[in-house]
Amino acid sequence: MKWGVLVFPGTWSHQDFAHVFRDVLRVDWGYIWHKDTSVAGFDCLFLPGGFAHGDYLRCGAIARFSPIMDAVVRFARDGGPVMGSCNGFQILCEAGLLPGALLRNASLQYRCRWVHIRAEHCDTPFTRTLRAGQILKIPISHGEGRYFAPPETLARLQGNGQIVFRYSTPDGRITDEANPNGSLENIAGICNERRNVLGLMPHPERASEVLLGSEDGRLLFQGLLDAVLQR
Amino acid sequence: MFEARIHVTLKKSVLDPQGDTVRSALATLGFRDVADCRIGKFMVLRLAERDAAKAQAQVDEMCRKLLANPVIEDYVFQITEVAE
Repeated sequence: MKWGVLVFPGTWSHQDFAHVFRDVLRVDWGYIWHKDTSVAGFDCLFLPGGFAHGDYLRCGAIARFSPIMDAVVRFARDGGPVMGSCNGFQILCEAGLLPGALLRNASLQYRCRWVHIRAEHCDTPFTRTLRAGQILKIPISHGEGRYFAPPETLARLQGNGQIVFRYSTPDGRITDEANPNGSLENIAGICNERRNVLGLMPHPERASEVLLGSEDGRLLFQGLLDAVLQR
Repeated sequence: MFEARIHVTLKKSVLDPQGDTVRSALATLGFRDVADCRIGKFMVLRLAERDAAKAQAQVDEMCRKLLANPVIEDYVFQITEVAE
């Protein structure tokens, strides 16, 4: 089993993913450069945070046309597990693998701090070790994380149980104060209908060791290990 | 040759905090009649195309596929013939 970490020009969180995979989880992993055209040999893919292609035009808008993205889309359509965090989430939305879009934070300010997110639905390969209602402490670091989807899309996400994480208070209440960016319904992460593609604004790779303040993020990778083992 | 002048703005249903902030700044300056302010993008393209209808169709496709995100944005554009 090998995990692939995508790197675009301007990606900045790939080394954090690499550190967790290499030094904490000790899994087989490798980088995949955006100009590559194949993801053969990889069993799951991670799109890290950053500013791919400078976030020119819109976050993720140019990255979507990187040569590797055709292979990523095929991998996802075949049911392969794909996680996009932060800028990776924005890229997955622009690429049409996840519905909706991420807009400038309502505060107009970059937010870099710890948040709490509540697991709503846990039937993705990444979240299967979590239970609904479980609260994770995990950092965010973004200027454009305000999740938006038109009303009919939002209703479909709710109906299908595709809202995976919502920003909450430490004790799990969904309030405006707990919402760091003005996302609709406090949405922090969603999955596709098939549930193999997960996008979230928080950074699980930066919360995978006690030393760094939380290891809740590691649960998302642990879930994947368990999922792959059971397949 | 044609020049396309394209405006991309957030849809009316999408909150535009930047526009709201500028509106309140204008109010502070005394411009209290500004009922709404939306901030968008303005792009100018030059196309080596001789047929106006084809230029129109191309720009529309560019807007749909890349220049605007139809989930959150609307676009309008004008096309004018310019000297080579």
